[in-house]
Amino acid sequence: MIPARFDYEVAGSVEEAVRLLGESDDAKLLAGGHSLLPLMRLRFAQPSLLVDIGRLSDLAYVRDAGDRVAIGALTRHHDLTTSDLLARACPLLAFTAGQVGDPQVRHRGTIGGSVAHGDPASDLPAALLALDAELVATGPGGERTIPAADFFRGFLETALAPQELLTEIRVPKLGGGSAYVKFNRRAQDWATVAVAVAVTNGGARVALANMGPTPLRATAVEAALAGGAGLDEAAAAAAEGTSPPSDTNGSADYRRHLATVLTRRALEKALPA
Amino acid sequence: MRRISFTVNGAAREVDVEPRELLVYVLRERLGLTGTNVGCDTSSCGSCTVLVSGESVKSCTMLGVQADGLDVTTIEGLATGGALHPVQQAFHEHHGLQCGFCTPGMVLASVSLLAETPSPSEAEIREALEGNLCRCTGYHNIVRAVQAAASA
Repeated sequence: MIPARFDYEVAGSVEEAVRLLGESDDAKLLAGGHSLLPLMRLRFAQPSLLVDIGRLSDLAYVRDAGDRVAIGALTRHHDLTTSDLLARACPLLAFTAGQVGDPQVRHRGTIGGSVAHGDPASDLPAALLALDAELVATGPGGERTIPAADFFRGFLETALAPQELLTEIRVPKLGGGSAYVKFNRRAQDWATVAVAVAVTNGGARVALANMGPTPLRATAVEAALAGGAGLDEAAAAAAEGTSPPSDTNGSADYRRHLATVLTRRALEKALPA
Repeated sequence: MRRISFTVNGAAREVDVEPRELLVYVLRERLGLTGTNVGCDTSSCGSCTVLVSGESVKSCTMLGVQADGLDVTTIEGLATGGALHPVQQAFHEHHGLQCGFCTPGMVLASVSLLAETPSPSEAEIREALEGNLCRCTGYHNIVRAVQAAASA
């Protein structure tokens, strides 16, 4: 399977990438390519121009930013799993990055690519929702910051404008517990369902992967916990307000059940008695 | 067409490629290095695994143009002077293969693992090979071969 023809440009800077994106109505950014190239091989995506930002090495970093950790959008999953700073300050993200695909995928795939792709079954978007991360986008008018809660708009659809690229992801340093629990049928697969939990001073935030067209906050679980419910009782609300898909990995009903079980397990890990 | 310059198995190579050509086809069809197999073509099976800058990568999920300037190692580049690489030797001695189709990818994924984790546990080996499928289900001997290579 060979992708359809496209023009190919290598961006030497963020500014050049933004300019190149403006040169075509259906240009796509290429970072590690591990979300985009599979779609292009199947010809589900046929962009006329690929702007390769994979060589912008100044966008690959994990940096201490006070009460947050700042992560360059081109940081590979592998580098998230091996970052000492992330392991200390935000172990949820380091662990979740290690659940993406397989080692080969993690050697090429980037956090920015995964997040900008907006696949509800992906691992990192759910973790970023639970972390209440900030996403920094750069476009022709400069930078803007988008809360993770406003970033995922629909199936493979995000708040990024056509000429914007994601440049940085900022996550809070976690004082409390956290967990990411993923269920899939093959080791390297996307999540059938996954649950991310992050505990901060404000309480527990819970996010779900593959329970609807976007990653979702399990607000009913959060509210139950805030109201003093036990973990079992809170987890039982995990499927409220969700619209999970039915596919060869499981029916919507199966996913609703799975969400409650995985949420209980994630809460037990993040909030040990 | 675009000219790319990269290092393949230690030798500098220049090739004209279409931007849409996947690295695996550049290796197989432009350079004649057919040791790298195409299995699933969907980034799942790992048969096409090669090393890029020393790390395992699925060459069906990378464009040839993305390899411009980089260092690529295929299964043909592992043996030196007629002597098998220790991982190849271990696969041979422990019969870490049945039909052999997944073997180049298995070997290169194992080389990448051992470069980063020289003494992996059995569980770490199994985790590290999660991106490589053996449809003969010869996993036990493959894991034994990697254990042997690690202690060689």
